[in-house]
Amino acid sequence: MSATTSFRSILFDLDVDSPEEVHEPPFFADLHLDQILTSLSAGRAEYRLAPFFYWPLHEIEAVRYRHHVLRDLEHEDVLDAVREFARGMGQMRQHLTLVNKLHYARQKQRWFLAAAAVYCGAVAALLDRLAALALGSRGFVGLRDYLTSYTESPGFTSLLAETTQRRAELAAVTYAVHIKGNRVRVSSFDGEPDMSEEVEQTFAKFKRGGVKDHGVRFRESAEMNHVEAQILDLVAKLHPETFTKLDQYCARHRRYLDETIGRFDREIQFYLAYLEYIEPLKSNGLGFAYPRVSTRSKEEHADETFDLALARKLVDQSSSVVPNDFHLTGPERILVVSGPNNGGKTTFARMFGQLHYLASLGLPVPGSDARLFLPDQIFTHFEREEDIETLRGKFEDELFRIREILEQATGDGVLIMNESFGSTTLRDALVVGTAVMNQIVELDALCVFVTFVDELASMGQSTVSMMSTVVANDPAVRTYKVVRKPADGLAYAAAIAEKYRLTYEALRRRIAK
Amino acid sequence: MKAFLMHRDSDFELERELPANEQAVTQDLELNTLCSAMSAGDSFLFEVAKRALLLSLRDPHEIVYRQQVLTDCFANSSVVRDLYALAGEALKAEKSVWGSLLSDTPRPMLSTSVQKMELLVGFLRRLREMADERAGGFRSPGFTRFFAMLAEELDEPYFELVENQLKALKFKSGMLLSAQLGAGNKGRGYTLRRPREQGLLERVFDRSGHSFTVPDRDENGFRALGELEDRGVIWVANALSESVDHVKSFFVTLRVEIGFYVACLNLHERLAQKNGPMCLPVVRPTDELALAAEGLYDVCLALTLDQRVVGNDLAADDKSLVMITGANQGGKSTFLRSLGLAQLMAQCGMFAGAGSLCLNACDGLFTHYKREEDEAMESGKLDEELSRMSEIADHITANCVLLCNESFASTNEREGSQIARQVVTALLAERTKMVFVTHMFDLANSFYDQARDAALFLRAERGSEAARPFKLSEGKPLPTSYGEDSYRRIFRTSAGTTAASRPDVGQP
Repeated sequence: MSATTSFRSILFDLDVDSPEEVHEPPFFADLHLDQILTSLSAGRAEYRLAPFFYWPLHEIEAVRYRHHVLRDLEHEDVLDAVREFARGMGQMRQHLTLVNKLHYARQKQRWFLAAAAVYCGAVAALLDRLAALALGSRGFVGLRDYLTSYTESPGFTSLLAETTQRRAELAAVTYAVHIKGNRVRVSSFDGEPDMSEEVEQTFAKFKRGGVKDHGVRFRESAEMNHVEAQILDLVAKLHPETFTKLDQYCARHRRYLDETIGRFDREIQFYLAYLEYIEPLKSNGLGFAYPRVSTRSKEEHADETFDLALARKLVDQSSSVVPNDFHLTGPERILVVSGPNNGGKTTFARMFGQLHYLASLGLPVPGSDARLFLPDQIFTHFEREEDIETLRGKFEDELFRIREILEQATGDGVLIMNESFGSTTLRDALVVGTAVMNQIVELDALCVFVTFVDELASMGQSTVSMMSTVVANDPAVRTYKVVRKPADGLAYAAAIAEKYRLTYEALRRRIAK
Repeated sequence: MKAFLMHRDSDFELERELPANEQAVTQDLELNTLCSAMSAGDSFLFEVAKRALLLSLRDPHEIVYRQQVLTDCFANSSVVRDLYALAGEALKAEKSVWGSLLSDTPRPMLSTSVQKMELLVGFLRRLREMADERAGGFRSPGFTRFFAMLAEELDEPYFELVENQLKALKFKSGMLLSAQLGAGNKGRGYTLRRPREQGLLERVFDRSGHSFTVPDRDENGFRALGELEDRGVIWVANALSESVDHVKSFFVTLRVEIGFYVACLNLHERLAQKNGPMCLPVVRPTDELALAAEGLYDVCLALTLDQRVVGNDLAADDKSLVMITGANQGGKSTFLRSLGLAQLMAQCGMFAGAGSLCLNACDGLFTHYKREEDEAMESGKLDEELSRMSEIADHITANCVLLCNESFASTNEREGSQIARQVVTALLAERTKMVFVTHMFDLANSFYDQARDAALFLRAERGSEAARPFKLSEGKPLPTSYGEDSYRRIFRTSAGTTAASRPDVGQP
């Protein structure tokens, strides 16, 4: 279909073909992005959304293009129009599936007609609704212009007109079937009175509310049996012109679906799926923000942000979500996170990675406000399942992987180092950790470094120390708050000892008794 | 077509939700004893009587409507009992038709319905005949309307129409359907049509349309034809089986409504055997305070005693509080129950156990009785009492009646009185009529001092064992001259509680 406008895609501002042959990035599982993708694409298999989520953007303009589209989608009217369109297209595909599946030609033809009708309706309705709205994004304005010229094109107008006619003709067909024994006669309907109505009228005087519903209903299948097919053939014989025209219609409009509209139908689901995924979080009072992205400044902050995958789980279980803040100013590049276990350190690290990746997908990120660097690459190093047998091998394996990361990473990357060397001795961890840390400092890349080694938290002006925290008077309860404060590995131990009366004084008193 | 024998313009709804306090009222007023007598062994009548008693009328005109029907029933009791029997027979006959195992597929369902309807129509004919022969002795608006309706609706042309239609539904000359093309060009909207009358020649030479024949061995073909026929008759099968339900429910309602009066006749006969006086009460609107009786007695006690029970006279018009004090075993509870029963019986349109009775209808009758069975759980008793009172407070409104029997006696008198005083004062301010049986002098006396004009004070005197129950007399509350021992006995000594020490059981 040739249109006069240049619109091609609601996801890409430049003339980019949809990514198809892309694979899951290696950090997807570590950051639980795989869980998010699985969950938000559930029920959307037909749209093949994964490639879009495997394809981060590196241009600020490309990110903004999506932000603007999303801002239009914030208007209930726009969102609604798009959803209605998607429902229509979904229905159309179902009809086309039947066209392929069914056996009798006259049945296929009628479903094909139904598919085209739904398509025409969906396209016209989308334009109708968009035309009445104030759209701000280049994406939606482009789409609207495209739809305008498409719906005025002769291809579409003739499709619409013929579809309407064929449907009206078929809807007007009423016939009579007389069955006696094994003999079936099909003829024109002659206005014979409705027997069910007559019976109902006869007994109307006894009618009262609230009797049991005897409404036996049939399970409707799309299939037709051979008796029905024979009857249909005789009906066609009674209405030869109607059915000939249907034949011709199907041949003429075999390829009615416009490519750009088909592409829009798929691509818009990228946004809808994400918006639907974060909807329960928003209605639970959690904020999402369009991050201000930069490819130059590494000064960052995010307020009241959280791990998206975890938050969704917690909200589904009606549990509360603990948001966290962080910022990096001036020369600060590396957040070194320490503190009690199960206090939210890993979650914090994961969150940091998610934020950058979601930002580079052009999506709103968890938090009330965010300013983020648009990285060229993301690397994660998460401790693997512990295995005593191969402890030595594992340490070496870890070193090998870290070396690989450091070789590939540039100063524009984001590194997530979670409990690297967590299973080695403090001395090894300190020595190797310091060495690795120095390289990251050298690299000038953004990094979260989760560690139990206090010393790594104070390695100059590029490191910032953050700690997971506990409730002051009940140290067994984690707050899941990770805050900026100097590392203190003894704080938690002292508190928990107090609670269980295992401090020095407490133990003395207890033993003395 | 509706019987309308219990309401001027609606069916009696057996399924209507009972008031929230139905269990307490049933227990406290011993309604099961009353309903057993009304049922005379017919469990259906038990249910009808109980519901009629609990689903009280409020409008005096509606009550009069039933009283008039009931008066007709006294004069024509055999016709009324025959009508009740006929309705029962019709329902039994309908039930005896067994649907096929495929009774939810349209064709078998239709043929079952045709059979059932043929039976029911037979009973409608008998009903009509009974009306023609025996309607003469009835005078009440309810019955007059009922018989006139039967004559008008169930005339001969109607019976002919019904029989013709039932015959046509056996499809001796094939089945004619109309249809449109639905989704995927499948037939849709199959509608059963009545073929035009055709002469033999016309039928033989009818060459309109196109035909085909399903070959004899094509089993799938026959199944498909059958399904088509099912689609054709599905609406008429639904319509007819709904109609069967409707006609059936006409008989059900008739049986319920006539049944209520049969139950009244049953009770009337029982009490007449005991020479208990009975009267149709005068019922005043809910917002008037009326309560006056002569020889008011406890119908349930009368049913269980062999000797004749003594009634009480009462003049409590314009009183919103009746407070009854005095001796245990002095007939206080019996009197309280006679009031409650009279209220319910009057408000369902029945006669009452009294020589004469005038009372106002109320918007709801509530009872708050001490619970003997709870004596074991000492500590929680006040909690339990208060929670029951709180439940009552959830539902009670102005113009209701609350009967209290030793409420709040499970704690000491000072606390009990204080709680009760607040409850009573609050409810009186909300225009609830209360009858309060208590041994708490502190409570009774404070109302005697403060609210003498709005209240009536009755005292039970302890008499000899032989003359129970005892007469109540008007009188100011006395300090607990008999009460101290009773107080202990009622809530503290469960082991000592025997039938003889309980005033309510009333064995001779």
